[in-house]
Amino acid sequence: MAIAEPPIRIEDAPLNAVRVDDVQLDITLEQLKKLVSPRALTGETMLLNMGPQHPSTHGVLRLLLELDGETIVSCIPDIGYLHTGIEKTAEGKTYLKVIPLTDRTDYLAPMSNNLAFCGAVEKLVGIEVPIRAQYLRVILMELTRMNSHLVWLGTHALDIGAMSVFLYCMREREMILDIYEAVSGARMMSSYIRPGGLWRDVPAHFPQLVQRVLDVFPGRILEYEKLLKENPLWKERTVGIGKISAEDAIAWGMTGPCLRGSGVNYDVRKAQPYSSYDHFDFSVPLGSNGDVYDRYKCRMEEFNQSLKIIRQAMKRLPPGPVMTDDRKVAPPPKHEIAYSMESLIHHFKLWTEGFRAPEGEVYFAVESGKGEYGVLLSGDGSPKPRRVHFRAPSFHNLQPLSEISKGALLADIVAIIGSIDIVLGDVDR
Amino acid sequence: MSQSLSELLKSALGDAISQVTVFRDEVTLHVPRERIIEVLTHLRDVQQFNMLTDETCVDYYPREPRFGILYQLYSIPRNIRVRVKVMLSEYDASIPSAVPVYRNANWLEREIYDLFGIHFEGHPDLRRILLPMDYQGHPLRKEVPVTVEENAFSFNRARIDATKPYATE
Amino acid sequence: MGLEQKLGDMGIVTTSLEKAVNWARSNAIWPMLFGLACCAIEMMSTQASRYDLSRFGMELMRASPRQSDLMIVAGRVSRKMAPVLRNLYDQMPDPKWVIAMGDCASCGGVFNNYAIVQGVDEIVPVDVYVAGCPPRPETLIDGIMKLQEKIKHEPLKKWQ
Ligand code: SF4
Repeated sequence: MAIAEPPIRIEDAPLNAVRVDDVQLDITLEQLKKLVSPRALTGETMLLNMGPQHPSTHGVLRLLLELDGETIVSCIPDIGYLHTGIEKTAEGKTYLKVIPLTDRTDYLAPMSNNLAFCGAVEKLVGIEVPIRAQYLRVILMELTRMNSHLVWLGTHALDIGAMSVFLYCMREREMILDIYEAVSGARMMSSYIRPGGLWRDVPAHFPQLVQRVLDVFPGRILEYEKLLKENPLWKERTVGIGKISAEDAIAWGMTGPCLRGSGVNYDVRKAQPYSSYDHFDFSVPLGSNGDVYDRYKCRMEEFNQSLKIIRQAMKRLPPGPVMTDDRKVAPPPKHEIAYSMESLIHHFKLWTEGFRAPEGEVYFAVESGKGEYGVLLSGDGSPKPRRVHFRAPSFHNLQPLSEISKGALLADIVAIIGSIDIVLGDVDR
Repeated sequence: MSQSLSELLKSALGDAISQVTVFRDEVTLHVPRERIIEVLTHLRDVQQFNMLTDETCVDYYPREPRFGILYQLYSIPRNIRVRVKVMLSEYDASIPSAVPVYRNANWLEREIYDLFGIHFEGHPDLRRILLPMDYQGHPLRKEVPVTVEENAFSFNRARIDATKPYATE
Repeated sequence: MGLEQKLGDMGIVTTSLEKAVNWARSNAIWPMLFGLACCAIEMMSTQASRYDLSRFGMELMRASPRQSDLMIVAGRVSRKMAPVLRNLYDQMPDPKWVIAMGDCASCGGVFNNYAIVQGVDEIVPVDVYVAGCPPRPETLIDGIMKLQEKIKHEPLKKWQ
């Protein structure tokens, strides 16, 4: 079978009208009617489309809302407007070349995605990572978590109506992006973590950059809290809104701050420590009510915990190599290439052909800013993966939206979407 | 640890599982299609695997049976993971839906249906989820080519213009 | 009034209507808030504290296509999104311009696959392509200034 005809042809159709009458649809009208309540079919309730181009949906999420006055009767999310086919493209690339694609799934936390994928490859191939690289990974992961939470806080506050928080958050985020740029050369899409360690050691001014974040940040967190935490407007919009119980949150597969906001103590860093997270002392903040405000409080406390981990890791950062000496996956050092023919060939082979991974499936999960980010990797003995599947936290956290928002007001849905912190690149992949 | 877990599950589930494999310390239960709901219900209710972390499909082309449906389960109280695998033939690619057992299988199965064309019996709302609803085919199957644009990375304007459509006002 | 008192008698300024209109147009572009993917985050940084796009007279992001005259396509456009994108473009009042921000919007980028439109110029006519994945805020600002340059030299009416 050849690839399906792209559904859009410029020559023969005005693009604002997708013609669906001449293609065979595999759904029926009856199936669609079941989505809304019978009251919608008689016109008693109103159907309202929200998105995909809407400033408060955090990207291109589309919601079909059935409203009874201002109360939501049912909410049907429609995703896929950012479906990128990353999993398919990954099947055509060698393991090393998949790393840049993982950056682009959850683009607010690129390093977590890198680590999840590289961890899966390391597990599949069986590679040990040097301890310095593990500690640096922890530092970068925590910075990434802060990066992700900063964008969440800024946009969430912006949705609810606090403009200045957004500008403050973006200001702090630039400090973290500076660190990204220093280590990897790119502001956002770093691809810095590689199977077996890191691309290169961190530059000499890395400690100063991190120190600046450590010095400045605690004050800034207080600043945000002063603006929001006891703000009656903020509490009015968030306390008691979007409640989900602990059992429901588990049954829906929610992870990360959304799950912990309901009081379930599950954090991959604690439960199944990776990258030597068990060397550090930190606590996992928990909420109790499972509402928007509790999720907010959890994430704000996570800023402090991240800073705590970074402080410990910086203090104990051991010297040594940052890449494994297993030449199966690690490129030969630069100086060796200059005089050794074998190294040159090896380097060339590694970048063009890649390394072979054994046949089998592994699952590796990390705790990214949004929840458990897992990679299910299936190798087939060749240098290219048979299947890469990303267990995207946003996808699972978004799914209960229709249940959470039932009975809420129309304005609350904006707060709820903000609080579950979705990234559409992660939902749709 | 994974060895003892695999022994335990083998004795608990009996002939409902055809095979247990351990690879890189991860336990995989191979289950025939008819008994999948029974196995998942047992794992959830008796063995406390209360969270379905992931469900996906792998295309093992050119092997037959070709599709493997993988359920990745996690138990919060016991802090262990287990994977359940069901192999499906290309000519009879349908499996009972896991939605009655795990609610969040809903979108995951829609995604598998969308990308692989596997039919889930008894699924409440089996529609395409990621691709436009008029899309033809199931792109993550191995017979669909990875790339679509033949002359990617070309500076040959004439060749690009010959194949690429351009929009007008 | 105010200006004259400050600067004294300025006399008469003559210019062609075309230049005056283009000058006005190019310095008051209202872009549409149209974030799609990762590039949208860089677009947000461009407007936010450090880079501050408002220095160039185009900070007024509008969520509605009816009020905007520049569409910055920030990110990858999937085949599901393509009809929506064209629909929004058709709703924008003339004259209108399009910036394709990022490799994905310009040519499909790394995603040469079934889901992504291989360049947004297949759907809407593009005026400026901004390269990078994602383009740095400076690059985007440069792209916008290129567009201002282009607007300044546009004829008001195309004489047949
Ligand atoms: S060009 Fe790069 S950063 Fe921009 S949308 Fe595409 S993948 Fe994301």
